Amino acid sequence: MFRPASSSQIARPFRAKLNLRRSFATVQDPPPRRYGGLKDQDRIFTNAYCRHDHGLKGAQARGDWHKTKDIVLKGDSWIIQTIKDSGLRGRGGAGFPSGLKWSFMNKPGWEKDPRPRYLVVNADEGEPGTCKDREILRGDPHKLVEGCLVAGRAMNATAAYIYIRGEFFQEAAHLQQAISEAYAAGLIGKDACGSGYSFDVYLHRGAGAYICGEETALIESIEGKQGKPRLKPPFPADVGLFGCPTTVANVETVAVAPTICRRGSAWFAGFGRARNQGTKLFCISGHVNNPCVVEEEMSIPLKDLIEKHCGGVVGGWDNLLGIIPGGSSVPVLPIKQCEEALMDYDSLKDLQSGLGTGAVIVMNKSTDIVKAIARFAHFYKHESCGQCTPCREGTTWMMNMMDRFVEGRGHQREIDMLLELTKQVEGRTICALGDAAAWPIQGLMRHFRPEVEKRIEQFRAQNGTVLFGGRLKSQTDPTLALPDNMGANLPEVAPPAQQ
Amino acid sequence: MLRLVSASKPASAALLIKVAPSTSLAGRRTFASTSARQADITLTVDGKEVTVPQGSALIQACEAAGSTVPRFCYHDRLAIAGNCRMCLVEVERSPKPVASCAMPAMPGAKVWTNSPLVHEAREGVMEFLLANHPLDCPICDQGGECDLQDQSMRYGADRTRFHEITGKRAVEDKDLGPLVKTSMNRCIQCTRCVRFANEVAGVEELGTTGRGNDMQIGMYVEKTMNSELSGNVVDLCPVGALTSKPYAFHARPWELKHTDSVDVMDAVGSNIRVDSRGVSVMRVQPRPNDDVNEEWISDKTRYAYDGLRFQRLTVPLIKQGDRFVSASWEDALAAIADGLRASGAQGDEIQAVAGHLADTESMVALKDLINRLGSDNLTLDSVGGHAAPVHAVDVRSNYLFNATLPGVEQADCILLVGTNPRHEAAVLNSRIRKSWMHTTLEVGLIGERVDTTYGYDYLGADAKAVADFVAGKSEFAKKFKSAKKPLIIVGSAVTEHADGAAVYNALAKYVEQNKSQLVTPEWNGFAVLQRVASRPAAYEMGFVPSRKASQTKPKFIYLLNADEADPKSIPRDAFVVYQGHHGDLGAQLADVCLPGAAYTEKGMTWVNTEGRAQMGRAAVPPPGASREDWKIIRALSELVDAPLPYDDVLSLRDRMWEISPTLVRYDTLESTSVEAALAGLKTLAAGTANAKVSGAPFVKPISNFYQTDPISRASVTMAHCTRAFVKGENYGFSELSSKPEAAYA
Repeated sequence: MFRPASSSQIARPFRAKLNLRRSFATVQDPPPRRYGGLKDQDRIFTNAYCRHDHGLKGAQARGDWHKTKDIVLKGDSWIIQTIKDSGLRGRGGAGFPSGLKWSFMNKPGWEKDPRPRYLVVNADEGEPGTCKDREILRGDPHKLVEGCLVAGRAMNATAAYIYIRGEFFQEAAHLQQAISEAYAAGLIGKDACGSGYSFDVYLHRGAGAYICGEETALIESIEGKQGKPRLKPPFPADVGLFGCPTTVANVETVAVAPTICRRGSAWFAGFGRARNQGTKLFCISGHVNNPCVVEEEMSIPLKDLIEKHCGGVVGGWDNLLGIIPGGSSVPVLPIKQCEEALMDYDSLKDLQSGLGTGAVIVMNKSTDIVKAIARFAHFYKHESCGQCTPCREGTTWMMNMMDRFVEGRGHQREIDMLLELTKQVEGRTICALGDAAAWPIQGLMRHFRPEVEKRIEQFRAQNGTVLFGGRLKSQTDPTLALPDNMGANLPEVAPPAQQ
Repeated sequence: MLRLVSASKPASAALLIKVAPSTSLAGRRTFASTSARQADITLTVDGKEVTVPQGSALIQACEAAGSTVPRFCYHDRLAIAGNCRMCLVEVERSPKPVASCAMPAMPGAKVWTNSPLVHEAREGVMEFLLANHPLDCPICDQGGECDLQDQSMRYGADRTRFHEITGKRAVEDKDLGPLVKTSMNRCIQCTRCVRFANEVAGVEELGTTGRGNDMQIGMYVEKTMNSELSGNVVDLCPVGALTSKPYAFHARPWELKHTDSVDVMDAVGSNIRVDSRGVSVMRVQPRPNDDVNEEWISDKTRYAYDGLRFQRLTVPLIKQGDRFVSASWEDALAAIADGLRASGAQGDEIQAVAGHLADTESMVALKDLINRLGSDNLTLDSVGGHAAPVHAVDVRSNYLFNATLPGVEQADCILLVGTNPRHEAAVLNSRIRKSWMHTTLEVGLIGERVDTTYGYDYLGADAKAVADFVAGKSEFAKKFKSAKKPLIIVGSAVTEHADGAAVYNALAKYVEQNKSQLVTPEWNGFAVLQRVASRPAAYEMGFVPSRKASQTKPKFIYLLNADEADPKSIPRDAFVVYQGHHGDLGAQLADVCLPGAAYTEKGMTWVNTEGRAQMGRAAVPPPGASREDWKIIRALSELVDAPLPYDDVLSLRDRMWEISPTLVRYDTLESTSVEAALAGLKTLAAGTANAKVSGAPFVKPISNFYQTDPISRASVTMAHCTRAFVKGENYGFSELSSKPEAAYA
């Protein structure tokens, strides 16, 4: 449509480029939208920093529990449709569309199933670098409790179990206070909010195992067993907690649901790019001047996020080495990619990384990147549940190799072997911990391989030939026959010339 | 105890692999048919179409299609763990390889077990498994029958890439008692043993502790694995982490001769494979048979074989004064003929006693011989065995386990009377436990309180409790009445009890009253659990005394494998012959000892508690001058002028067929018709009509599971087990503390 008047609405710098005499056939390109700069009135977690009262009174003053009864009375399909329209995707890392996931609970004929149904909230936030859920639990626990009711109503659940990480003591206290207050006020329990819907919320404290953040391991843990992931299928929506239909959702996903229902799906969908809508809590840590947890619009450029909220990288943007955009499980991005990355699921996926939990770990040039990734390998080795072979053995092996690469004690060929090992772990395990252990190493080798090669070369220059596995040739006993597959007699391979 | 009651039964092998031929009935279903036959699904494995029942795992479909899928953690009879990741296959439209053991087969799925992706995945998993597995195959007892060895040859890479200077994982060995040897460095954490212990054996203390690469298998607290099925974890272990302690370093599997045979340590008739080298039995292993022992055997069955080497009678012995003198067969048999003449025994004064380990052939021969000598005094070697048992032996269903062993799993309510199946039939007990774990089975117990590995309602200890049950006085009795497939298991010790007659009377009447549930064409819920291998066959052939004979004082006694006899029941002046393989109690009482063959040394018929005739086979020759038992009796018959009309075992079996065809119809069961079963119960009730109740409590007949017969009493391993498990001594069966210096440490 030809609308000459609209030219006045276009920002001045762009005006000159516009051709005002377009033919009828062309469509005017919308201006490229810059995401970010969430306004205060659009924030969902208004007490994320716990500056105000986290109790019921304060929460109600901030708008929680406002007309929750109406939302509950609108019924399951309305809530699920709203969530679907809002484009909310799971905030726990995998980014599965929440509305769709919740709708799995209401399969045709679910009313005939006499089993109770559960919503399980995953508050076992243990991913290194991630600290968004604890801010919700500490400052806005009522958002979560209310979210439990709304999400529980959407999936016709009878109760919600909140599995909170054992180390979160204050958070658990605040949350328990919120639950008790909500019970006392009749907001949950029998006849929740006076809607006639009966809904219970239980708090279950974990014991600090990272793997219990995996949904089926979490279910096992609530059941009182060792936190080891279950085989899927059957999926939790069929056979979950105590053998009943269950959906596990992240704290943030659940906590935003009431606000979406109150303010409408269009409001929420108005943020961020298509299929990545909404707002999100980002936790930025590492070498920034002002590490923080901040709620921002999805698809905000990574650079904007850091410059705007964190006061920039320590030593300036050019001092940046790399950024891990989504917690320890996703591959690192080098500075070049950091400049173009948008903080959403699809953009980061295109860069072979991931949004994960939105935990941005910034590393400037003072970082020993190999050591940093080796530390992750230690973490995954320590947290592997040990159930399935590739993860149990692979994480240990990868950790040992990474430890050697930190000082360069290795062979050039072992880099490719390590990459092969990560491929042998990735996608072969029961849960995603194996993948999570493999990806950081793959990311390291993708972007920082010259650094690893340089160290190996340096170590060799100082210590002579290194055999596969890290033994020095000088330390071997020459009187004993050495197997030829140890790499002792391989011709020296120079790393490819560095650009 | 954790009980997983769910609608679906565990995938027992009976439900499993079933290929194509299953459509014959489908077109001809009547309206009345309500059988819950599961639909079959068709899928393609490696280009081959295969039809499997719905609910099968992908790995079973692959097996059915003839594509072998390597596995470590998966086992037909255990829950699915899906943790070894060795069974990865490629499935169409699945980006990642799929663990075939944990994935249900879907109709129309396309599966490849031989693609490059699968090869690569297997090689990767194999590499990881070997990363922390010690390369000690030359000193590992599993060598030659090791799944890890075989599969790494077949699917693994051709060289190692593991050279880490940090080395391999080291794990402390666990002390599980005198039967299971551990070498935990070799463990690949497949958790088969854990699942077996928890699901089948009922040892819930065995589990995993720790996380990741520090995960260990063991008892949660330091204790031994006290279960009569513990030896099965040795078979289950795919590597050499759990091996047999008594067998350690004794033989290599390729040196052994395998002989399929039947166990005689209890009346279950577990199918076994006897592995022998030269003239000695090196070990006993189970043979799968879904109708009898599934895939398990008890520890006594497995480990009592070393008793076959000790205390053996190898030459005929004649008592001179207070000592035995070895003699030739001629002299010994002549001495018996002389003794019979000298004792002046006539008619019923000639007594034959059939012991626990007497095979069917020799009992038939002995019965024929005694009958030919004019006697009916055929006695069984048990308490009250000198008289006919309270249940008459005319109708088979009065003394057999009519419900059949697999049938136990169909029962929804079980009453145990005077029995502890855990010790009398350990393998049967695991079936009850399986059913109890996965269904809403209710169990009631009358008798001595015992640990059965499953929960039960305790109803009392004596005949009065039975009367109360019959009168419907307890909650359990009401549940039992309303059960669809109720089952009464009467222990063999009830027959030997003073109140046996009264109990049988009450139960027979009860069964008759409730015949609509208890005795139907499909279900016979009255089952007698025999605990002695020879007993069902003895009843079958009528090896019981007549009323007159049972009151006669014997002058000549022929003990055939009878080692439980009360010495006081044998008159001082009687001439006693003992025929058997061990110098146990019976031999001490004898004037002449004739060395017979043990069950591994003769190919004989054994009838189990269901009435199932099975053929045992000779694995090794009998030691020294000992002979097969029926041949001894046949030879003796010549000398006492009553020659038996059979010269080879085949004509002897013809004779058995004349007595009862079921004795030679091997491996099949012939159920009693409803009419015959009810008639049998009627005669049983009539025969025990005026029985009095003394009120004495039932006691469990087996107080020491590990030593119940001459073989297990001669076994060193069983003696260790007795000390470790029955007496609860920790006397140092672990290698560590058996070293003398450990005592000072």
